[in-house]
Amino acid sequence: MRLIASLAFAAALMTTAAHAQTTNVKVGVLTDMSSLYADDTGPGSVAAAKMAVADFNPAAHNMKVDIIVADHQNKPDIGSSIARQWFDTQNVDAIVDVPNSAVALAVSDVAREKNKALLVSGAAISDLTGPKCSPNTVHWTYDTWMLAHATAGALVKNGGDSWFFLTSDYAFGHALERDATAVVLANGGKVLGSVAHPLNNQDFSSFLLQAQQSKAKIIGLANAGGDTINSIKQGAEFGITAGGQHFAALLFYIGDVEALGLKVAQGLVLTETFYWDMNDATRAWTKRWQVERPGKYPNMNQAGVYAATLHYLKAVAALKSAADGKAVVDEMKKMPTDDPLFGKGIIRADGRKIHPAYLFQVKSPAESKYPGDDYILKATIPADQAFRPMKDDNCPLVTN
Amino acid sequence: MANTADAAAIRLHRRTDSGLGIAAVVMVTCLVVAPFVLYPVFVMKALCFALFACAFNLLIGYVGLVSFGHALFFGWASYLAAHAAKSWGLQPELAVVIGTATAALLGFVGGAIAIRRQGIYFAMITLALAQMMYLVALRVKLTGGEDGIQDVPRGKLFGAFDLNNEMTMYAFVLVVVLAALFLIYRIINSPFGEVLKAIRENELRSISLGYRTDRYKLAAFVLSATLAGLAGSLKALVFQLASLTDVHWTMSGEVILMTLVGGLGTVFGPVAGAFIIVAMENYLAPLGQWVLVIQGAIFVACVLTFRRGIVGELASWLRVKL
Amino acid sequence: MFEIFGVPSYALFGQLLLGLINGSFYALLSLGLAVIFGMLNIINFTHGAQYMMGAFVAYMLLQYLGINYWAALVIVPILVGATGIIIERLFLARLQKLDPLYGLLLTFGLALIIEGVFRNYYGSSGKPYDIPDALQGGHNLGFMFLPNYRAWVIVFSLAVCLVTWFAIERTRLGSYLRAATENPTLVRAFGIDVPRLVTLTYGFGVGLAALAGVMAAPIYNVSPQMGSDIIIVVFAVVVIGGMGSIMGAILTGFTLGIVEGFTKVFFPEASNTVIFVIMVIVLLIRPAGLFGRGI
Repeated sequence: MRLIASLAFAAALMTTAAHAQTTNVKVGVLTDMSSLYADDTGPGSVAAAKMAVADFNPAAHNMKVDIIVADHQNKPDIGSSIARQWFDTQNVDAIVDVPNSAVALAVSDVAREKNKALLVSGAAISDLTGPKCSPNTVHWTYDTWMLAHATAGALVKNGGDSWFFLTSDYAFGHALERDATAVVLANGGKVLGSVAHPLNNQDFSSFLLQAQQSKAKIIGLANAGGDTINSIKQGAEFGITAGGQHFAALLFYIGDVEALGLKVAQGLVLTETFYWDMNDATRAWTKRWQVERPGKYPNMNQAGVYAATLHYLKAVAALKSAADGKAVVDEMKKMPTDDPLFGKGIIRADGRKIHPAYLFQVKSPAESKYPGDDYILKATIPADQAFRPMKDDNCPLVTN
Repeated sequence: MANTADAAAIRLHRRTDSGLGIAAVVMVTCLVVAPFVLYPVFVMKALCFALFACAFNLLIGYVGLVSFGHALFFGWASYLAAHAAKSWGLQPELAVVIGTATAALLGFVGGAIAIRRQGIYFAMITLALAQMMYLVALRVKLTGGEDGIQDVPRGKLFGAFDLNNEMTMYAFVLVVVLAALFLIYRIINSPFGEVLKAIRENELRSISLGYRTDRYKLAAFVLSATLAGLAGSLKALVFQLASLTDVHWTMSGEVILMTLVGGLGTVFGPVAGAFIIVAMENYLAPLGQWVLVIQGAIFVACVLTFRRGIVGELASWLRVKL
Repeated sequence: MFEIFGVPSYALFGQLLLGLINGSFYALLSLGLAVIFGMLNIINFTHGAQYMMGAFVAYMLLQYLGINYWAALVIVPILVGATGIIIERLFLARLQKLDPLYGLLLTFGLALIIEGVFRNYYGSSGKPYDIPDALQGGHNLGFMFLPNYRAWVIVFSLAVCLVTWFAIERTRLGSYLRAATENPTLVRAFGIDVPRLVTLTYGFGVGLAALAGVMAAPIYNVSPQMGSDIIIVVFAVVVIGGMGSIMGAILTGFTLGIVEGFTKVFFPEASNTVIFVIMVIVLLIRPAGLFGRGI
């Protein structure tokens, strides 16, 4: 009898042990699937997250990883209530992407309250690693400080010393305008004015007219996605570029270039932290990504979703648990990062991922040799200069 | 003959009262059990909308005025409540009072303008006023524009009960909503409520009887706006967020849909309608934009074939008042 | 360049001209609403969605069939107008004896359905529709650079409005229409098929909305929510003008567009609310609207 009982006990012990070894992880891709940022994030980000899971090979780490997807429609209330529901009822451990800074800020609060992990790729606002930083958040791809210093800095130094801003009227646009204004002023330029337009706006004519009448050399577009495309297109219609003024698209992706066409977009200066045609590794990755997104080219947001998810899963594997979001994020900060798209890097204490940034110029139709051959590399901003130094963060995590 | 008729009337009256009583007991029991079975945040959301729909029903069901702009009161109350709790650091009960008072004030101003016209004009004017205030919300600092007011603290009720506990929050919402529903029920059955119904049936006749109908209409409008504001203030605390969604015209449409589905002019219809529509949005969310199509289809179906709504049909089938 | 109230004149004229373009759309849409209201006594909430459909059908014709803008100007109003006729026969005809509010609720539901379907297939960002080749480029007017296409929109919509006014106020068919509005029973006694007249009127009003949609496509892009954005403003325009007169709807539409442009120069913060503020003032002073017959 005793033998049987102890055997049964041992068997039970073994099953629980085997059970405990499989770590279940659920990653939610919260993104814009239907609106103005969908082409720059959306389904392309979902494809990238799935590739990260495949490349990580969960089975080899005794893990099971599920991906779920939701559309936040660019509304902070929808985003935060999806996040809340995912954490409370769906056992989601981490949320990735979250384009739209307003939504990212709202979700960051929820992730912190529920002690889960948030891996931001698509949102730009630099406050995520500044005053609004959180021990549960990693900001992977880029931010407004970086865009402002790279793009605006280069333009001012090349003689574009008077600016007028067209700003998307929410957290992101104002942060980008704020950061770019600081750079323009610091480099001896001046800002002649600015006008805020609603998110997902269709008619820019009256704003463009104001920009035209300001006589500024540079019209700084502190907006993104469909808003940037429309501003540039309608600017051409109203003869702005023909009149000698130039657009500075402070946040511009390869998909936007493709949507505008090289004829209109040529000559624009922009900053990304990833270009599909950078090296053999990025080209190979792009080829696999295009199986899901035929005819499109991945941008830094989508690359960031891949790299962030991969690094997150490595950290979970090291801890053998995804339950404590802050612990996983701490582990992510402890481990150096290494992936085929951004190379080697680190995550700082404030949650900022550090890697180089690249200043590109859009090619003219004549210079482009094959589809997707859109950028000329003008300058590389080394990793230690690309992002805001931690001492200027005002992030409570760092000062404490 | 007269006796039997009287007896029938009395029976019907008793039946009516007992129908309402039974329905009320069933509703309260369900709501007390609900948070242990369902996701509490979902039930709280449905409760807020139930109150919102009942407030709206006060106007459409009992005065016959269709407001297409009730999101104005719901949304602005939630902004002010959120602002009071976050920026002024007020206790939750005071934040709710401030939100509700804001809605009352807006209801007075908006109502005074809108009741100058009737029928479809009234609908268009309320819609336009709400859109104006939506555009204001988009621009002014207080509301945070597209960002909304985020991270609103729930705080401690009367300085004692911590609302960050989901069940405490639920109890607070439930008590406030039930009290407000009871108040609405009392208003409908007061002499004031009878005058409102008379105005709905025949305004000219009510005027000739010496009632200043404009004053009654304005009073009803303010009451309805105030209670909608109470619902909005509660929602801001539940979700710890106030956003443009709550002042957008789609919100005004949603509350009409809830009331229509449940049954215009019934006591429990708007509550049932709110739970149905909120549940539908919740469980059909993966369908994305099809939710909008389904809502539209329900609108069309209700108007064409189902004008009494679910509770209205049920009541006429059971021959009780619900 | 001279200055007006400290604002350079070119800035003022530029914004006024842009306001006039917006006004063209207000006028076309409120005209359609007024025509429908006159005959059916309902406010067509679907009007915005039908305007959006106009733009989308033009986009689809170009995208899938290669049919250009000029052909779309003719084809689209007919196609979308036909869907309007179906809607009238299927739904609105059944509501005639009910409170007009049910018509408002029904058309609101239809608007949600149409917007939802387009959002589902096309997302909520705008689709580009290129300006036709013949209207590319623009002219420098001294105070601003006016793209040719926008000039065309002003001229063409004015023409459409005037033709519609003439057809309703000055032709025999128009007189039947106006008579049927006043007294349908009597007109039926003269052997005129009033229900058919009603159906055709609704189809015509919807066609006008679709025409406005085609004209808007190259300016505002083609997006599912373009209709709901503009229809509420048009409702305010209608309340200001009053539903009584066709000419009233046209004049109010253009005027309010210009007022909006004017506000953009002097009080930019108020530019998108000014029409609603005017509505409130008009309601306080003249509740029936500027051109309305009192109700």
